[in-house]
Amino acid sequence: MGNVIGIGASPKRKEDQRFLTGRGNYVSDIKRPGMTAGVFVRSLHGHAILRGIDKSAALAAPGVVAVLTGEDVAADKLGSLPCGWGISDAKGVPMKEPPFPMLAQGKVRFVGDMVAFVIAETPEQANAAAELLTVDYEVLPSVVGVLEAVRPGAPQLFDDVPNNICCDWELGDKAAVETAFRKAAHVAKLSLVNNRLIGNPMEPRAAIAEFEPGTDRFTLWTTSQFPHVVRFLMGALVLNIPQHKLRVVAPDVGGGFGVKQFHYGEEAVITWAAKRVKRPIKWVASRSEGYVSDRHGRDHVTEAELALDEYGKFLAFRVNTLANMGGYLSTFGPNIPTNLYGPLLGGVYTTPAIYCNVKVVFTNTVPVDAYRGAGRPEATFVLERIVDVAASEMGIDRVEIRRRNMIPKEAYPYQTPVLVQYDSGDPMGCLDGALVAADVKGFGVRKAASASKGKFRGLGYSTYVEACGLAPSRFAGRLGARGGLYESATVRVHPTGQVTVMIGTHNHGQGHETTFAQIVSEKLGVSFENVDIVFGDTDRVQFGMGTYGSRSLVVGGAALSKATDKVIAKGKKIAAHLLEAAEVDIQFEAGNFSVAGTDRTKSFEDIAGAAYVPHNYPLEVLEPGLEEQAYYDPVNFTYPGGCHIAEVEVDPETGTVTLVNYTAVDDVGTVINPMIVEGQLHGGIVQGVGQALFENAVYDEGSGQLLSGSLMDYCMPRADHMPMMKVETHSTLCTHTPMGVKGCGEVGTIGSPAAVINAVVDALAHLGVTHVDMPATPNRIWRLLQNASLPVAAE
Amino acid sequence: MKPFAYHQPDQIPDAAKLLTSIEDSKLVAGGMTLIPTIKQRLASPVALVDLSKLGSLKGIIDDGASITIGAMTPHAVVAASKLVQTKIPGLAALALMIGDPAVRSRGTIGGSVANNDPAADYPAGVLGLGATIVTSTREIAADKFFLGLFETALEPGEIITAIRFPVPLKAGYSKFKAPASRYALVGVFVAKFADGVRVAVTGAGPGVFRVPPMEAALSENFDPSAIAAIKIDNDGLTSDIHAEADYRAHLVTVMAKRAVDAALS
Repeated sequence: MGNVIGIGASPKRKEDQRFLTGRGNYVSDIKRPGMTAGVFVRSLHGHAILRGIDKSAALAAPGVVAVLTGEDVAADKLGSLPCGWGISDAKGVPMKEPPFPMLAQGKVRFVGDMVAFVIAETPEQANAAAELLTVDYEVLPSVVGVLEAVRPGAPQLFDDVPNNICCDWELGDKAAVETAFRKAAHVAKLSLVNNRLIGNPMEPRAAIAEFEPGTDRFTLWTTSQFPHVVRFLMGALVLNIPQHKLRVVAPDVGGGFGVKQFHYGEEAVITWAAKRVKRPIKWVASRSEGYVSDRHGRDHVTEAELALDEYGKFLAFRVNTLANMGGYLSTFGPNIPTNLYGPLLGGVYTTPAIYCNVKVVFTNTVPVDAYRGAGRPEATFVLERIVDVAASEMGIDRVEIRRRNMIPKEAYPYQTPVLVQYDSGDPMGCLDGALVAADVKGFGVRKAASASKGKFRGLGYSTYVEACGLAPSRFAGRLGARGGLYESATVRVHPTGQVTVMIGTHNHGQGHETTFAQIVSEKLGVSFENVDIVFGDTDRVQFGMGTYGSRSLVVGGAALSKATDKVIAKGKKIAAHLLEAAEVDIQFEAGNFSVAGTDRTKSFEDIAGAAYVPHNYPLEVLEPGLEEQAYYDPVNFTYPGGCHIAEVEVDPETGTVTLVNYTAVDDVGTVINPMIVEGQLHGGIVQGVGQALFENAVYDEGSGQLLSGSLMDYCMPRADHMPMMKVETHSTLCTHTPMGVKGCGEVGTIGSPAAVINAVVDALAHLGVTHVDMPATPNRIWRLLQNASLPVAAE
Repeated sequence: MKPFAYHQPDQIPDAAKLLTSIEDSKLVAGGMTLIPTIKQRLASPVALVDLSKLGSLKGIIDDGASITIGAMTPHAVVAASKLVQTKIPGLAALALMIGDPAVRSRGTIGGSVANNDPAADYPAGVLGLGATIVTSTREIAADKFFLGLFETALEPGEIITAIRFPVPLKAGYSKFKAPASRYALVGVFVAKFADGVRVAVTGAGPGVFRVPPMEAALSENFDPSAIAAIKIDNDGLTSDIHAEADYRAHLVTVMAKRAVDAALS
């Protein structure tokens, strides 16, 4: 038995050695013989008819290999970029699903929409030639906001999508909700905007494609969170490449946050073009290009109403949302503001009746899709904000109103009125833990200290739950998923006992190479150093759905756990033969197979050796070798949750909000590596704080220009925006995942925006402020104070 | 980036000659604005004339009643200069608020002043202190130098060699950073001299400007309370996605008060 580092330990991350020493292997690090450079020419207009493209000057430019446009795509009869979800309205009418050509045909629908691909010997030559391309646009008015897009007379993106509405979706019992509202002692109302976000992974998107005429095989290296899904969507549905003739590799990837979990047109264009020009092609996006082509996130306008009885018990919740889809349907687009939003509106409360209507709307903006949290931060924000509004209006303490409505620990499993059934949880325990950790008792003293400096201090709560571990395939299929959402793992034990795991999830910052190795080390009793995790290559990994929705440990880890169990089961058969005992008498513990009640034992390495040198081996009943594979399809989502408490200080002179304390007590189930979990929570919280205070993608109505199109204008959260965070776990075990894990990748982003905004509103409540839209920028706060302070001053 | 010729003269007249003889040539000092612009293909100069070999443009000299800072002196050197910290601490503080450590190590005072970005910090310090811009051909008073958005009094081929700052009795700078870029959303430099007070504002409008009512009030009483009630007109101020004009106008008063506080501390 070697150096076992198992569940609950915090070894340093295996992958960091190569990342921190500059030895990572990212797409843009890869060079192929004879490689050319590709550049996309993108629409400068939000909405325009494409009258024609004159390629002649670009084709004549030095070094140019080819110039391809939508006409070439049409001539080759290639498919539309597919949407992975098909949702329907209340009557069962399917969503409007207009084609999404990989290079624009007939019309452009957002600034950044691709109109041509220029291939040259060098990136400089490709860029120079791209500037020579003459695109004849007939510019049309753009519509960028959802409220504007559904108004009569608004610019129409598609001829057959009236009022730009893709789908008028609903969930819940509308009649029961209406009945409950009629009986309510109080109704709290809230209108809010969930601001549009841009993911900004550190590594921009990039791709290299190559075609080998000798084998008829394509290889695509791409910055993807799910290479197998790209192989399927692109090969089977867009380019008509047989799956066995297409290899997709996603090597080291520098962050994703959802931005890289879609099949992008760039991938299809470059793969198609590589065969046409018979040369490998590389494309690397600039940061500016990413701003107008990486899928954006959030962007809702919502009206919510909460019905309460006289004691503050929630009777019913009604939510009407307009959700921005952008110019086309991206891979998961319509699923995010519907299936990942409505079912979370129950939160951790016993609200018996919920109704949600979401109008999914096309606009002249970058397509909107999943961004860390995806639908669930939006749901949490609506719910946790309106709970505060109700508490304030009814004069009930914000913690007390939450307690009165929380699902008690003993009531789990708990069936909500919006499809999902929570298997486990203890929201009250998380709340109690957070109250202590955040020193809520001492808040009054801190508030007085702030006041003495002329600052307003506020405290904000968010007690939340999310659904992750996407997803039970059967359930997802009923909701409109067009694929499965299981995961797979292969555990290959080498003759010397070292282990290689091939897994279908993708590690792009989450620490999988460490966490998964810990699971194997613990279960097989092998050294942590003797386990390698392989991912991101369709030629090496059997299959996989990739990494998103906090699913890697929950679904991928479960597949890995199952495959490891199969290895142990086979090992027992081999050991029984070698030890001349009955299989039922073989125990496996701490890396040794032994006969129960005896000192007869064989090490894991002995068994691995015997499996590959089967001289003394039950060949009649057992195959040689020690390699097992498992697929795992979860029976339910997992439901991590917790309580976040934010404390802010507002400078009324400038409107600046400073986050001064942040506490999170989260229930993420079993923790494999506490250090990695803490890091995931830190990162998630900072991303949520970014949405609450800083980040905002702003478009110009009419022209469709992105006004926040660079890091100079789009404010990302930075280290100096953050206080030291207190992060603790209060875990209940998931009842249906093999290890009791729930997932932790998104909880921070889901819980934090409401906590921060509730704190800002609390700080300004004495001035009559009842709501602040995100991001709570200095200008916005100052404006609120200008409008709010006058009547208060007059009192 | 498009290809360009690159020159590195070691004499100021040679640099000036290159600049006038090659059409579409550009001076490059620290390159903190120009290089990103070229990389984004927003500027495509035919030739770059690099000033980094001109040793005479670097360094800080104590002239007694003034300090002369060579045009190629990086912000980090000004911020760390004991001389500047002692004689005009407000100017050292301003230099330390520019950009980030990388920008402060490369970016130069001459480059910043010549570029005259409407949200840059140095123009506020130069105008607020009533400095003199020394060029290859003449001396220009700060009040005559800044002409608006990215425009200055520099003639074609004219190169800033140094900036001469008179030593004030007191001076302070207060900057409200734009959230994303960390340029000045509004920055105010206040300087008190024996013959009066100067107040210069950057970030709020299309170019750096002075606020005479604040100067008059502070000349009477150099205290934040003296200007608390002075509001500047929204007209002509910048409105963008980060700040509307009336908010910028409000911030001018707040930052001016804080600059006076800084000068007094």
